[in-house]
Amino acid sequence: MTKDWKQILKRVDDLRWELPRSYKQGMRVPGRIYASEEMMDVLAEDQAIEQVANVAFLPGIVGFSLAMPDIHWGYGFPIGGVAATNQDEGVVSPGGVGFDINCGVRVVRTNLREEEVQPNLPAVVNQMFRDVPAGLGGSGLVRVNMQEIDRVLVDGARWAVEKGYGWPQDLECIEGGGALPGADPTKVSKRAKERGLPQIGTLGSGNHFLEVQVVDELFDAETARVMGIDAVGQIVVFIHSGSRGLGHQTCQDYLEVMEVAADKYKISLPDKQLACAPLSSSEGRSYLAAMTGAANFAFANRQLIAHWVRNAFGKVLGRKPEDLGMNVVYDVAHNIAKMERHRVDGKEMSLCIHRKGATRAFPAGHPDIPSKYRSIGQPVMVPGDMGRYSFICVGTERAMAETWGSTCHGAGRMLSRGAAKRHLAGVNIAERLAQKGIMVRAQNRAALAEEASEAYKDVAQVVDVLHDAGISRKVARMRPIGVVKG
Amino acid sequence: MSAEPAPFEILEHTADAGVLAHGRTLAEVFEHAAEGMFSIMVNLDGVREVEQRSMAVEGHDWPSLLVAWLSELLYYSDVEGLLFKRFEMEDFRPYALRALAFGEQVDRQRHELGTGVKAITRHMLEIDEGPEGCRVQVLLDI
Repeated sequence: MTKDWKQILKRVDDLRWELPRSYKQGMRVPGRIYASEEMMDVLAEDQAIEQVANVAFLPGIVGFSLAMPDIHWGYGFPIGGVAATNQDEGVVSPGGVGFDINCGVRVVRTNLREEEVQPNLPAVVNQMFRDVPAGLGGSGLVRVNMQEIDRVLVDGARWAVEKGYGWPQDLECIEGGGALPGADPTKVSKRAKERGLPQIGTLGSGNHFLEVQVVDELFDAETARVMGIDAVGQIVVFIHSGSRGLGHQTCQDYLEVMEVAADKYKISLPDKQLACAPLSSSEGRSYLAAMTGAANFAFANRQLIAHWVRNAFGKVLGRKPEDLGMNVVYDVAHNIAKMERHRVDGKEMSLCIHRKGATRAFPAGHPDIPSKYRSIGQPVMVPGDMGRYSFICVGTERAMAETWGSTCHGAGRMLSRGAAKRHLAGVNIAERLAQKGIMVRAQNRAALAEEASEAYKDVAQVVDVLHDAGISRKVARMRPIGVVKG
Repeated sequence: MSAEPAPFEILEHTADAGVLAHGRTLAEVFEHAAEGMFSIMVNLDGVREVEQRSMAVEGHDWPSLLVAWLSELLYYSDVEGLLFKRFEMEDFRPYALRALAFGEQVDRQRHELGTGVKAITRHMLEIDEGPEGCRVQVLLDI
């Protein structure tokens, strides 16, 4: 049932495609997809573009239903989708954030060079594997009770730093300072908190990971230097995790609320997973307050993980993490909804920006980015697959003008988990990566095939589209040498 | 000569995975859907029936009941570290159920673990009741 999307889409330029409102009755705005012609061929194979059309049904949506080049078939929203709704008539949709609220990426730099780490790499990877609980049944090392968890939901990474996990200066290098305002723990269910308690400080499974990477190309050395990325050969660590069961349950709880609310407010939608409520309604406000709490939980989670990663390096190398220069470069959320100020037709207004598998990418000079990055723009962390490379980019003015200050979040899947397993049947993924100089430790080695390079788009193509479109600028490319998977 | 369909099969979706379950009755198909979900998390052959949990959930229609049922099982899995392999509906009626789930605590040494399931989605959720049997399709967030 594949459609000839190239016939339906209007090509705006080499990298921009428009899905006209006339495609489906009920679309309030057109869709816009960022992709090269070659990527469009892959995109056309699943239902991601149909989902771009469905998102355009959301009441109060402004501008376009946007899709980044890493878009793929999600549920409700496509993964890689961005939608802005206006504060007065607009809605908020939990499906526009996803189950893993504030799934995101943190990058920690080091003073280390590849050749210094290489002899100790197996020890470093093994230590991280031991110290950071991951995978199914991996429970956290920090015990938190029901009272304490409310503090986590409000204070996020700040809670973790106050408990001694990490450094005070980490906080300024996290989106929203690691504690987004407006969280209300009373809006998060007891069940969600119960699911979160044993999982705080755990990596999870699926596509979550820790990666030791080596900087292998600088596209803009001056900008990189501001981030503490000084030279090719330098070691950095990527951390990809989210809000664990607490976020999953929060989304699940509010999908139920929104399904009822959508009926109550007479909102008709082509997919139940898009269920939503007006931003001004009690359901909408409660969801935002709960989601913000879950997002803060995720910031705390990555803060704890980063702390153990630092200690793992310290233990193995026999030096203090401070002496290793293990500062946080930045920490971004890529599943989130936030109230932000943007210009619409020359007027500044408050919009609810849903980023479902998309990253905020604010330009230089924006007041919401840390002062140390004010001159270069907000760092954007874009992990690729475990066999190739990842990128660090920065946001631009053009992103503000076109995509509500948003860009891609990763490579984007191309093969389903089953298809990847079949395609790679009999291939020893860990051994194949080892031959490329990448050491992998996984709780579940059988599932490694599901995360192999073949399952993903080439992240270089994804970031190139956005670089060439002027949405986010490439700063550095890194390649993995050590991987920890759940 | 129609052979009885398998209790469940795993569906493919670019980002995630789903379960297509079959059964003679809706109650049975709900049991099979749960089995399918846990088969993504662990090789069920290696799971023993050591622990038993009793649960009751409600919904406002069949799809919401299915989501509530599978979510309840995920809750026990997350909070108590349990993996279930067999389910028995004790009471099953429009939009409420009471069931027993049998399984054991996750054992990372002994169990052949798969991927964790984050949540139950409503996207493409289908529940069919027909004279020749029932069928459930549900996508899971992995």
